[in-house]
Amino acid sequence: MSIGIAVAVLQIAIVGLGAPLLVGTLRTLKARLVGRRGPSPWQPYADLRKLLAKEAVVSTTTSWVFRATPYALVATLLTTALIVPVMTVRPPLAFAGNIILLVYLFMLGTFFLALAGLDAGSAFGGMGSSREVAIAALAEPTVIVAVFALALRANSIDLGRIVERFGGEPWLAANPAHLLAFAALFIVMLAETGRLPVDNPATHLELTMIHEAMVLEYSGRYLALVEWASAMKLFVFMTLLANLFVPLGLAEPTGPTTALMGVLALAAKLAVLTTAVALLETAVAKLRLFRVPELLAGSFALAFLSLMAVFVVR
Amino acid sequence: MTRLVYGVVVLLGVAAVGLGGHGMTGGGAALRLPSVLPLGGLALTLDPLGGLFLALIGFAAIPASIYAFGDAAGARRGRFAYAVFVTSMCVVPVAANTMTFLIAWELMSLASYFLVLHDRQSKESVSAAWVYAVMTHAGLACLLAGMLLLGADVGSPHFEDWRAAAPTLTSTTRNAAFLLLALGFAGKAGVVPLHVWLPLAHPAAPSHVSALMSGVMIKLGIYGLLRVSLDWLGIGPPWWGAALLIAGAASSLIGVLYALVEHDLKRLLAFHSIENVGIILLGIGSAALYRVAGFDALAVLGLIAALYHTVNHAMFKALLFLGAGAVVHATGTRNMEAMGGLIKRMPWTAACFLVGSAAIAALPPLNGFVSEWLTFLALFQNMRLEAIGQNLVFTLGIASLALTGGLAMACFVKAFGITFLALPRSDAAAHAHEASRPIRVAMVTLATACVVLGVGPTLVIPAFGSVASAVLRTAPDAIGGDWLTVRVSGQFASVSTAAIGVVLAGLFFAPLVALRLVGASRRTRAYETWGCGRIVQTPRMEYTATAFANPFKRVFDFFYRPTKRLDIEFHPESRFFVERIEYENPTRSIFEDWLYRPALRLLHAGARAAGALQSGSANQYLAYILAALLLMLVLA
Amino acid sequence: MLRQLRTAVRTGIVTEACAPVGEIQRIGDRLASEIVRRFGRSLAIRQVDAGSCNGCELEITGLIGPHYDLERFGLHFVASPRHADCLLVTGPVTRNMAEALRRTWQATPDPKLVVAVGACGLDGGLFRGSYAVVGGVADVVPVDAVIPGCPPSPAALLAGLLEALGRRPR
Repeated sequence: MSIGIAVAVLQIAIVGLGAPLLVGTLRTLKARLVGRRGPSPWQPYADLRKLLAKEAVVSTTTSWVFRATPYALVATLLTTALIVPVMTVRPPLAFAGNIILLVYLFMLGTFFLALAGLDAGSAFGGMGSSREVAIAALAEPTVIVAVFALALRANSIDLGRIVERFGGEPWLAANPAHLLAFAALFIVMLAETGRLPVDNPATHLELTMIHEAMVLEYSGRYLALVEWASAMKLFVFMTLLANLFVPLGLAEPTGPTTALMGVLALAAKLAVLTTAVALLETAVAKLRLFRVPELLAGSFALAFLSLMAVFVVR
Repeated sequence: MTRLVYGVVVLLGVAAVGLGGHGMTGGGAALRLPSVLPLGGLALTLDPLGGLFLALIGFAAIPASIYAFGDAAGARRGRFAYAVFVTSMCVVPVAANTMTFLIAWELMSLASYFLVLHDRQSKESVSAAWVYAVMTHAGLACLLAGMLLLGADVGSPHFEDWRAAAPTLTSTTRNAAFLLLALGFAGKAGVVPLHVWLPLAHPAAPSHVSALMSGVMIKLGIYGLLRVSLDWLGIGPPWWGAALLIAGAASSLIGVLYALVEHDLKRLLAFHSIENVGIILLGIGSAALYRVAGFDALAVLGLIAALYHTVNHAMFKALLFLGAGAVVHATGTRNMEAMGGLIKRMPWTAACFLVGSAAIAALPPLNGFVSEWLTFLALFQNMRLEAIGQNLVFTLGIASLALTGGLAMACFVKAFGITFLALPRSDAAAHAHEASRPIRVAMVTLATACVVLGVGPTLVIPAFGSVASAVLRTAPDAIGGDWLTVRVSGQFASVSTAAIGVVLAGLFFAPLVALRLVGASRRTRAYETWGCGRIVQTPRMEYTATAFANPFKRVFDFFYRPTKRLDIEFHPESRFFVERIEYENPTRSIFEDWLYRPALRLLHAGARAAGALQSGSANQYLAYILAALLLMLVLA
Repeated sequence: MLRQLRTAVRTGIVTEACAPVGEIQRIGDRLASEIVRRFGRSLAIRQVDAGSCNGCELEITGLIGPHYDLERFGLHFVASPRHADCLLVTGPVTRNMAEALRRTWQATPDPKLVVAVGACGLDGGLFRGSYAVVGGVADVVPVDAVIPGCPPSPAALLAGLLEALGRRPR
């Protein structure tokens, strides 16, 4: 019981405190790849600290939904941090849910953020909301089908157990179904967290914004919470990808050594994934908005193929 | 007088809940009055499944009737039809033979026809009622044919005799009966492609009636499908379950796709009923397929998922319809494009509608999430089945359920956001008033039910489990777990919405405390929305529902086949100045174009051809009589 | 894709060092206060074009490129004034843009800075006294510093911004 609480606190700390570093590292890598020195990886911490000291300007058009959304976003993402296996195979809330709960918790956050975008009464917010929910809806089948493929081989849909099963039998993880599922989920990660080629997180043109458009009205501490939440979403998604497909370094939470090993393994895996995302973002241009469904349909095809691969092999 | 009628219905509802609960827990009851009706007389039997639906009808009728107390004008017109409607609905689940069932069914349909015809002046209402009447009676014809066929084959009109004789039926009779009965019940439930009456009839009726029609009347179609596929005809061939699964997948997707582009608030809710019926069918279909393959525990799981979703949908759909009714009453329009900003003028309605929207979008920790989770799990375990064809059908179900969940969330962001948030888009919306107290009481009751069913699945799943195992006649051990967690199939999966609810609530307030501790600035300043420094900020600059649905229209344009109409009026003096632009982007219904219109054309052609018989000549008619007599003499 | 990555690797980092001291004209004494201290590590800049000839904008655009790279100092440009700490205003404020500039300033949350750019920002520059121009930026919103030049080069802009924040570039 006490181990469970310790793991819970540790997971929240890792996700909450590590997320800005992840985003900062990604930005620095992208800058270096285009020949700039770029900001320091610790820059997002300075940004958040500064935002907390600023006043919040709230539009007269908005309602309580606008003010409640940043807290709702943070709540959903910290809860997902407790469900995903971060550094052990026994996440604290593993009994409370699995991948389906995870997907729908993300959707809860998106639901509130989209409502907040509409609440401001500006055309930008509505546009961002409309695009964001369209992409979220189209990405969902891919996630469910891809994880179903994994669950078939692990004979359980509980994330901890999947990681445990594949961790114990590494050769089970190295087959075409897994590669296809990984590719499908990687594309979904790019779509859900708003990275290129789906959405440019650094754009200033409102007509090209998806996630940014919904947060144009937020300022001060609300903006700090929203930015932190979106960094955590990237962290949780990457952790999910890393730990589901490369479950090395994860073990039962018996003491500080296992935890440390898990954290180091996670850091290494996230470093690789971050580099991959940075390389991809530098090399590709943003897709036209109405080409994104084609990309997501392609990812669904990959997930479906991975499922067929599992059925055929069985 | 009006209050008396509705008060009686409330009492009837309470009685139904009590009786239904008694039935669900295994306490059976029966009533036989052989001389009241022909063909077997009046026969009522209370069994667990019937008890569940009876309790559901009663529980849903209570808030709907309380709503009527708060809506004096709308409630006066059809009060007796309403009472007949609720009473006949209560009789259907406990009917135990053909005549009782069909008479109660027909009374229910007639009463609801009169209720749909509420606003006799509007052409739209009249045509909606007409379509409804035609479709429901076509369904009745199928039901009659199926029940009489089965009754003739078994030799008795009583349902328990059918149950006993089920193993001895020939496969032709069994399949024919299934087909006819399933078609009839599916039409009532609103399964695609027999759904066209639903989006016409439900918006036309007054809101408390729509709540009941969407919440419980179509569930009686589900009740019939449950009886047909799992009870009266015994264990059928696999194609039944596969057909139900495919129909469910199609209904859920098509329902939500049409809802996305709909701007009439009540019609949007009606399309969502079609979607949720599809989800329920996914559960029933999987239960049927597992039962054929011999996995009784999984069949119970599928059935529990279907029953849970039935109850959940009744709760949140009734809540949404009552909320929509309050909104329509306050603004005088059903068109979402004329609403907006209602959250500030109708805070209670907005909060309840938000709970309903979150519930129907299957967001944790509310009830919609729990039943969709269970449905997903019922579908996921198809890997135990060896037939690859069945695996493919299940995969289709999983993919469509996932897509439906996402699209439903998108649709309700639109419905809630455009209706309640930002600035009012019309004068009526700017002067809207909050709903009266009875309406608020009704909505809060249903919202509470949604929350309780969401965080307390461990309380209700044992009840559903016992009903499901009674229907399938097997042991109830598919779902285990303790007071906090629901465990499915041993180690396969578990969920605890109560824990998630507590954690979410705690983590919601944690940042507030943390910000306080860290010393973050608490200053807030109110200013206008950022409009790029524009001088004028009006409601015309808000996003519209049409614009919100645009990405979906483009992605799914092969399904919607939208047409565009653009009318530009130029200033008479110069083509460089535009006076007016009118833009319309309507979608076309493929069912109307490819199914119903050709069918109607065929029917008209056939009628015209047959009309040649009615020549008006008395001599020809005498010749017909002579020919008929000769034919009968030859045959006899 | 590979060709692009190869070019990136081969080119390397081309960022130039920033001038040690920047030239600015301070207006008022807010710059010396703790507001500036708060923005030392992170400043979000929203550029407002109040009727400029776009010469200054071209120079400002150079700041986000690899040679001048203002991000290495923790400064970055943002799209919405709600996210901004500093308004970088170019141009003599024309009559058409005066109200827009005022609303942008109101939309920015406190504490905030206003830095005017160029001769136009100081007092209207080349267009001073014209019927279409209100005057310098200080005539419409309170200004904290002006970076002189017509237009100021990106190096001057960067050094000026850092000077306004009281920072010495590494």
